[in-house]
Amino acid sequence: MASTRGATVEFRDVSKRYPGQLAVDRLSFKVPAGKICILVGPSGSGKTTSLKMVNRLIEPSGGSILVDGQDVLHKEPTALRRGIGYVIQQVGLFPHQTIAENVATVPRLIGWPKERIDARTEELLALVGLEPSRFAARYPAQLSGGERQRVGVARALAAEPPVMLMDEPFGAVDPIVRDRLQNEFLRIQRDQGTTVLFVTHDIDEAIKLGDRVAVMRGGKLVQYAPPAELLAHPVNDFVAEFVGSDRGLKRLALLTVGGVDLDTSVARASVSSNAPVLSPATTLRDALIRMLASETQVGVVLDGQRYVGVLTLSKIGKMIQSDT
Amino acid sequence: MIEGEPLIRWDWIASHLDEFAFRLGEHVELTVIAVGVGFVIAFALSLLILRVPRAEGPITWITGTLYTIPSLALFALLIPYTGLTILTAEIGLVSYTLLILIRNIVRGIRGVPADVREAAVGMGYAPREILWRIEVPLAAAIIIAGVRLATISTIGLVTVSSLIGQGGFGFLILEGMQRSFFTTEMIAGAMLSVALAIVADALLVLLQRRLTPWTRTA
Repeated sequence: MASTRGATVEFRDVSKRYPGQLAVDRLSFKVPAGKICILVGPSGSGKTTSLKMVNRLIEPSGGSILVDGQDVLHKEPTALRRGIGYVIQQVGLFPHQTIAENVATVPRLIGWPKERIDARTEELLALVGLEPSRFAARYPAQLSGGERQRVGVARALAAEPPVMLMDEPFGAVDPIVRDRLQNEFLRIQRDQGTTVLFVTHDIDEAIKLGDRVAVMRGGKLVQYAPPAELLAHPVNDFVAEFVGSDRGLKRLALLTVGGVDLDTSVARASVSSNAPVLSPATTLRDALIRMLASETQVGVVLDGQRYVGVLTLSKIGKMIQSDT
Repeated sequence: MIEGEPLIRWDWIASHLDEFAFRLGEHVELTVIAVGVGFVIAFALSLLILRVPRAEGPITWITGTLYTIPSLALFALLIPYTGLTILTAEIGLVSYTLLILIRNIVRGIRGVPADVREAAVGMGYAPREILWRIEVPLAAAIIIAGVRLATISTIGLVTVSSLIGQGGFGFLILEGMQRSFFTTEMIAGAMLSVALAIVADALLVLLQRRLTPWTRTA
């Protein structure tokens, strides 16, 4: 049921001044509908301030923020917030309400009929992987950290908002749970088609989740690009350092075997039978690991049953060099 | 103490059950009005403190001072204006509940976690909805703890208002003293007052469990 429910979000010259400090400095960028935009940067870079200006938890000092072309400052704040999903690191579930009541928060506020609320609550709990019959009647204190964060995401999506804001949502859970939550988040976001603005200080999370990544520093937007481009062409030393000296390797995780100009001159029969079999969808990072482990230095690429060619280490090396 | 009398004359007690029931009604009425009116005033002042933190100092000072005035002295001060009436008794009793109630209401609402409040604002709760649907329910356990304290101390203080012609079970204590120290009546009055406090406290504990089911599941 992938839909084009998402709205575009546009920052136009947005600034936030505090006494003696410019927290956000003339920020301009545009997030296409249904995409995930990650705001990333060191602490104090203005990323959370920028996020909170979208639902007016913080009021901008200048500029405008447009959601589907409408200036958020022209809307009444509570009405605006009911139309925008909001997820925070500490989750902020209401301890005195059951899981079902928590999820139903915004639909209740905007007056959905009870049957529709019940149906949506059940649908969402199932969507985030919490069996409704087991979890609906529990209280937040009875859940683990990972389960609570799932409820937080379900609650934010309840009233089918076109935009969702997420402030370091997976920052407080352990790495294994975080990885699982990230994968589920990607699946849910594609399913719901919601436009997402997502704040993190973790560049790996930004690269994994983002369709676009906005790197911020000192209240300014330093670079705004898809992850692969950010890794291939950092605009300056700050971004290069921020994405890490291993950015070549990180980039391999975003590229697939299908994108490489394979060596087709080698007959399949002449390749060692120890060589790993790869598909065009395999990431170059996984291909590299398997090739190194097999000691054959090459991989056989099959598209289904059809032999396509061989991948060599030097081809992978060229992919790293080509853009950096 | 009357010569040759036992400490408690059970026949007297058995023949005065109607009197006890009447005094119970009086005692409960004085207590419920005091805690009820006190709660309304305390709630309003607490909201003022939460909105205007500068008000906390003066309000605490005034209610604290009221709390320290001996009830006898307060009654003596009021009698020229309000006479030997229930109003005189209630002015004193209400004043004594304020300090405890305000302290607990303010502490309870301030204790609502910041992330819960931020999530509520971020999802579009209006300020009034945050107070009634989030803050007050979450503060309920602490607020009711304050109501329990206020109720117990009010039930004790009600007996003193017998000196101005009110007083519920306090009337029995006072009359027992005036009737050449009739211990049966004095003890009956005191024990009934204590029993009422225990029962009232137990009822409030039940109320708190009823209102805060989530606190038992953690």
